[in-house]
Amino acid sequence: MSKKTLFDKVWDAHVVDSIENGPQILYIDKHLIHEVTSPQAFNELEDRGIAVFRPNQIVATADHNTPTENQHLPIKDLQSRNQLEQLSTNCKKNNITLYELGHKYNGIVHVMAPELGFTQPGMTMVCGDSHTSTHGAFGTIAFGIGTSQVAQVFASQCLLLTKPKSLRVTVNGKLKNGVLPKDVILYIISKLGTNSGTGYFCEYAGDVFENMTMEGRMTVCNMSIEMGARGGMIAPDQTTFDYVKGREYAPKGDDFDKKAAYWKTLPTDEGAIFDKEYAFDAEDIEPMITYGTNPGMGIKISENIPNNKDASFVKSLEYMNFEAGESLINKQINYVFIGSCTNSRIEDFRVAAKYIKGKQKADNVTAWLVPGSKQVETQIITEGLKDIFDAAGFELRQPGCSACLAMNDDKIPQGEYCVSTSNRNFEGRQGQGSRTILASPLVAAATAIAGKIIDVTENIETLEFA
Amino acid sequence: MEKFTTLTSRAIPLDIANVDTDQIIPARFLKATDKKGFGDNVFRDWRYNKDGSENSKFSLNNTDYSGSILVAGDNFGCGSSREHAAWALVGYGFKVIVSSFFADIFKGNALNNGLLPVQVSKAYLKHLISEVNADPNVKIKVNLHEQQISISSSKRFENFNIDPYKKTCMINGYDDIDYLLSKKKTIEAFENAVD
Repeated sequence: MSKKTLFDKVWDAHVVDSIENGPQILYIDKHLIHEVTSPQAFNELEDRGIAVFRPNQIVATADHNTPTENQHLPIKDLQSRNQLEQLSTNCKKNNITLYELGHKYNGIVHVMAPELGFTQPGMTMVCGDSHTSTHGAFGTIAFGIGTSQVAQVFASQCLLLTKPKSLRVTVNGKLKNGVLPKDVILYIISKLGTNSGTGYFCEYAGDVFENMTMEGRMTVCNMSIEMGARGGMIAPDQTTFDYVKGREYAPKGDDFDKKAAYWKTLPTDEGAIFDKEYAFDAEDIEPMITYGTNPGMGIKISENIPNNKDASFVKSLEYMNFEAGESLINKQINYVFIGSCTNSRIEDFRVAAKYIKGKQKADNVTAWLVPGSKQVETQIITEGLKDIFDAAGFELRQPGCSACLAMNDDKIPQGEYCVSTSNRNFEGRQGQGSRTILASPLVAAATAIAGKIIDVTENIETLEFA
Repeated sequence: MEKFTTLTSRAIPLDIANVDTDQIIPARFLKATDKKGFGDNVFRDWRYNKDGSENSKFSLNNTDYSGSILVAGDNFGCGSSREHAAWALVGYGFKVIVSSFFADIFKGNALNNGLLPVQVSKAYLKHLISEVNADPNVKIKVNLHEQQISISSSKRFENFNIDPYKKTCMINGYDDIDYLLSKKKTIEAFENAVD
């Protein structure tokens, strides 16, 4: 029998049919939807008089457009309110489970779905959101789709796709203190660039990922799309099974054991061939930051911005108001955002709290902490992290996508820098004219305390961040 | 979906690499619940200055250029999966985007909206941009049947790849839903076999 990758195994198990010289029909186990990319798909079905084929395989949440303050009040922005109302109406009409604003399970789609046990190894999952790659942390084929494809899955629970090529990124060794999963993925993207993964599905392998928690693995897989890969995967193991077990919608009892036995067969066979392979050494990774307007423009926090004559590079630095060759250490920063589907899970806030405890936020900094879900918000309170944040002058807001894409009121003002734990530093991503510097929750917390970028590795001798 | 076979048009150059979908259509315009009107805001923050006036340096505002072909830098359409980006480009009047590389999700979204992504070599892209810059009246011809792009001035042409299934869809104006619905029985059989 030929050797198969994790991706091959999951993909092949979901192929319904193949078109000669064309794409395959891939069956989708779970379809996640939210308010921004679903309304036109519902309209499409209605216009054609087609019913939603498998409503019980769809889970909906409101996240992109929701306010992070006063969620109990009617939404002020009429367009946003209308979009959320449409989602509610569409879900009701089509018998789709919706965790709407205010629901105890509401949250960012890529935070709440794993949390509730919807995400399980060996599945195929899609969502009209490119960061659907997050769910690959469970050994799941998960990827973002456009709205036409949302309509296709509504209509048939399937997609027409050409099987992507395979890519493996291996990182072995021991990460230094203060180097977090976010640094690992920013490092990888800085080495490989923003389009090296285009046309590929990526598997992350090696002991660095094996030793990561599920939260860390989700952070890594989340940003696969930032190097162009449709999705990223990590082989399911005991860490995965322990995370899934006992969650509300996870399989129970014998069913769980049966499923787990199958999940154990999924890891890539020894000797399976990948179309492309890269390997990195964990010891070479340091806390990272970005200096430009795409996530591939990242450096170690202690390094200087590289020199490059390329017109797009020059344009990017111009936008950021940075100069080639300069260091970002001591740059004054007035905004810090800890949140987004990349870094808004409980572990991210534990890291931030550990650093912040007993310190005070710098006066010049506005620091927003936005949990990924209601459940994370509750956890922050019950674990006493909120007290630490309050005492230090940080603002804990309500869950949602928030300042990651600034569709709601959480916008970074024109010209201001924001050290952000989100995933994209595109021009204006966090508000018109805003300048985003991507970093880990630890670097973000340290920036908020110092009021400027500092080399965090010099400040954590007494604290352990694994 | 509108059919696409051949197109001869002038072109608008956008010589910038890594144009992401946040630039094509910024997130604040994603609150609509239909597909209309996105064309007005395509490349919004590049087309307009901070004070709301038109940025005359941006190629879409340069009256020398016009046409339904956008010639863009490498890795066009990276970032978010928002199909609003394709709707915005179509809404503005583009029918073809030429680049040396397209991001995956954008490419699929474009094809699902009758917007043809034509991927050419870096050398051909460079030539194309310099020809359009030298003479904005130069005509570009895109022939989907032949999978060929050519330039009226230099006569240089290049062949491009497209998935044969997607080519058929574009030429006939079919979309994937039609096909998938015709496979309902096979899909149900698959579901039963897995259970």
